[in-house]
Amino acid sequence: MAGARVVLTLAVLLAALCPSARAQEHEAPPPPANKWSFAGPFGKFDRGQLQRGFKVYREVCQVCHGLKLVAFRTLADPGGPGFTTAQATAIAAEYQVKGEPDEQGEVKDRPGRLADTFPPPFPNEQAARARYNAVPPDMSVIAKARGYERGFPRWVGDIFTQYQEQGVDYITALMQGYKDRPPAGISIPPASFYNEYFPGHAIAMPPPLTDNRVEYTDGAPMTVEQYAKDISAFLMWTAEPHLEARKRAGMQVFIFLIVLSALLYFTKKKVWHAVELHPEKLKPRPPSEYPRA
Amino acid sequence: MSGHPSYQPQSAFMRWMERRLPIGGLIYSSFVAYPTPRNLNYWWTFGGILAFMLGAQIVTGVILAMHYTPHVDYAFDSVEQIMRDVNYGWLLRYLHSNGASMFFLAAYIHLFRGMYYGSYKEPREVLWILGVILLLLMIMTGFMGYVLPWGQMSFWAATVITNLFSAIPLVGDSIVTWLWGGFAVGNPTLNRFYSLHYLLPFVITGVVVLHIWALHVAGQNNPAGVEPKNEQDTVAFTPYATIKDSFLLAVFCIMFAWFVFYIPNFLGHPDNYIPANPAVTPMHIVPEWYYLPFYAILRAIPNKLLGVMALGASILILAFMPWLDTSRVRSARYRPAYRQFFWAFVIVCVGLGWLGSKPPEGNYVLFARIFTVYYFAFFLVILPVLGKIEKTKPLPKSISESVLREGEPIGAPAPPPAGAKV
Amino acid sequence: MSSAEPTRRDFLYIATASVAGIGAAAVLVPLITQMNPDASTIAAGAPIEVDLSPIADGQVIKVFWRGKPIYVNHRTKKQIEEAQNVDVAKLPDPQPDSARVKPGHDQWQVLIGICTHLGCIPIAHQGPYDGYFCPCHGSVYDTSGRIRQGPAPLNLALPPYEFLSDTKIKIG
Repeated sequence: MAGARVVLTLAVLLAALCPSARAQEHEAPPPPANKWSFAGPFGKFDRGQLQRGFKVYREVCQVCHGLKLVAFRTLADPGGPGFTTAQATAIAAEYQVKGEPDEQGEVKDRPGRLADTFPPPFPNEQAARARYNAVPPDMSVIAKARGYERGFPRWVGDIFTQYQEQGVDYITALMQGYKDRPPAGISIPPASFYNEYFPGHAIAMPPPLTDNRVEYTDGAPMTVEQYAKDISAFLMWTAEPHLEARKRAGMQVFIFLIVLSALLYFTKKKVWHAVELHPEKLKPRPPSEYPRA
Repeated sequence: MSGHPSYQPQSAFMRWMERRLPIGGLIYSSFVAYPTPRNLNYWWTFGGILAFMLGAQIVTGVILAMHYTPHVDYAFDSVEQIMRDVNYGWLLRYLHSNGASMFFLAAYIHLFRGMYYGSYKEPREVLWILGVILLLLMIMTGFMGYVLPWGQMSFWAATVITNLFSAIPLVGDSIVTWLWGGFAVGNPTLNRFYSLHYLLPFVITGVVVLHIWALHVAGQNNPAGVEPKNEQDTVAFTPYATIKDSFLLAVFCIMFAWFVFYIPNFLGHPDNYIPANPAVTPMHIVPEWYYLPFYAILRAIPNKLLGVMALGASILILAFMPWLDTSRVRSARYRPAYRQFFWAFVIVCVGLGWLGSKPPEGNYVLFARIFTVYYFAFFLVILPVLGKIEKTKPLPKSISESVLREGEPIGAPAPPPAGAKV
Repeated sequence: MSSAEPTRRDFLYIATASVAGIGAAAVLVPLITQMNPDASTIAAGAPIEVDLSPIADGQVIKVFWRGKPIYVNHRTKKQIEEAQNVDVAKLPDPQPDSARVKPGHDQWQVLIGICTHLGCIPIAHQGPYDGYFCPCHGSVYDTSGRIRQGPAPLNLALPPYEFLSDTKIKIG
């Protein structure tokens, strides 16, 4: 049984390696998990939340952050904020995009159309760096571009709970994670701000949200916490506009595959019935063609 | 390999065809009448699952190639266009990216099955080596495919892995420049990876044909590890193996669908949704999960060249298993001592995989080194020595006997009287 | 398979085969529809507006809609008369000029500049009718865009369009 002892020792060693809470100075804590309407197998976006989040984007974020992969027409697509085509056309027209060169070869601005994407807030990275000392990232897929270590064994559970909301939980926490002063003993570079959840704690973005900054007309609380959740949900939609269709198709595929698997299982049992119970009754078969060992 | 005697064409067209290109007979003898050991368990279905996954990856990949732009300025956005605008583009993309993971999962199960039941042993050595070649081709294909979306991980994985070749003395740097097509990973690199990523799956298909050919010459191994001796030991491939493979394939697809539809980004890394930036390296460069064990071995060795050699050796050493293993007994079912070391090996591989995802610091490095030692010791020490000194259980006389008498009957209510039907 | 067996087994086999067949067919749907124009292509093919005021009398401009060249021809009085004074029955593809313009806007000829023979772009203000001439195989069109000579079988096609005002049309 030497082998069993080897196996056991290895298993114990492996378990010992599982990270215990290591309180490192510059390690950001995991963000708290929120309840999201789009989580889980039956998840759907809350249209009102997406529209509020879009309002937050327009009034707070779009000065610095682009959405260059998002077309105005998608604002009217099913599974999204639920604007009508007319509303989306009007929203598009509020933006100025670069037009085609005219007869003199000059490129002038023109109002946006449904087919256009959100124009960038700055012409290139160098202009952004000159203005902000940093390059504010485009937010089209940022909800999928951020996450945090879930650690073992939580990630095993995530497979079954379908937890895919690391990005939005992080963004929500980040929005609320600013502190006026860093804790004693920690210093951050000048022109940066202390944020609990940002890796390294020193973030170049000033705190973007304050209470009552954006007016909500549907009665939702106008707090930093609500703004953080709404902008995160909106960013989840910009990252995964087909989320609802995907989960709906998933349910259909699942039901189909379960039915098919059950049918195949019983068919297999029936086919193998003779072999398993009465091997001597097998039909004679053609001679095999390979050499015997 | 081509079985003429058994196939009886039923239609006039097939009779006409058989005289000119006997495909019907080939398919019949290889996949219908082909004698399959009757005691195969579900671990044997993964070969069929792999063939399905290869087809799925090729189909989804060719379709994705219709919409993808292999240029550094457009690649990331073209993938996003597939996700947003192309009809069912999100489905095709997620099928392909998660399909790669499923492909490797099935391949590793298939490989471990071979290691456990001694499928690499005589007369299946060439079959096994073709399998190792297939694994190598898969690794190369997967690596190049991951570069194509041109995210941060794509770019930096390409940089790290191509830089490995600089470890080769004298010609290393020239080789790296030759691979890059420039002075760093850039547009030429992306373009040639795209071309080769499209090509290699068809090379894989060709090697798979050889793999199945080699298999059909020797016949399937089976859980008892004793060769079929008479007709009672085998059943026709169709319908018996076909229906069993189909069932587990459907179950496998349930797992595949779970990832594709509900957790499509679980196996990926968020950093790959950040467009590639040659000026900024991500905090932790990690390959996809299926490369993690090899990555851990690479980083465990402190010397650059030896680390690269260890990485290569960790894959190539598999090819030598038929000769490293000195045991006369095939199946681990009858090798209790080997079984323990085998499972320890599996745990070591999983452990190395986990360590590969961790930063190379402190205890992680220590354990990666310990596990790497066991990994190589398994092949170079345990296999040769164990075969000579182990005590094995007595083998059954035949497959039928092992099925009917060895305590593993498949539904038999009572064994037939001794001497009756064998 | 023995035919004396009860039909319940056959039902199972038929059910399994049918469900598998449905699955195979369903899988084909995304594989085939993905080749249809994607959402951004359809959006880029949205209707366009053309301002007619800068187009002088007798001038032809070419705009693109859905990747196709569209001629917008401000016809002179002479061209309009020549287009209308024609024995329609004698044309290879009979069509009166009135069916090829919008009522009250005779001077505006809007057509798809793709030769109905094999798809080349005919040149405007060319040929014996001062209409269009296709250099590829010599098809000749008149000032109404109707085929007169040459291998093309049909008149130049009209895109869907409407007048938003006297000086603006929407094509598409």
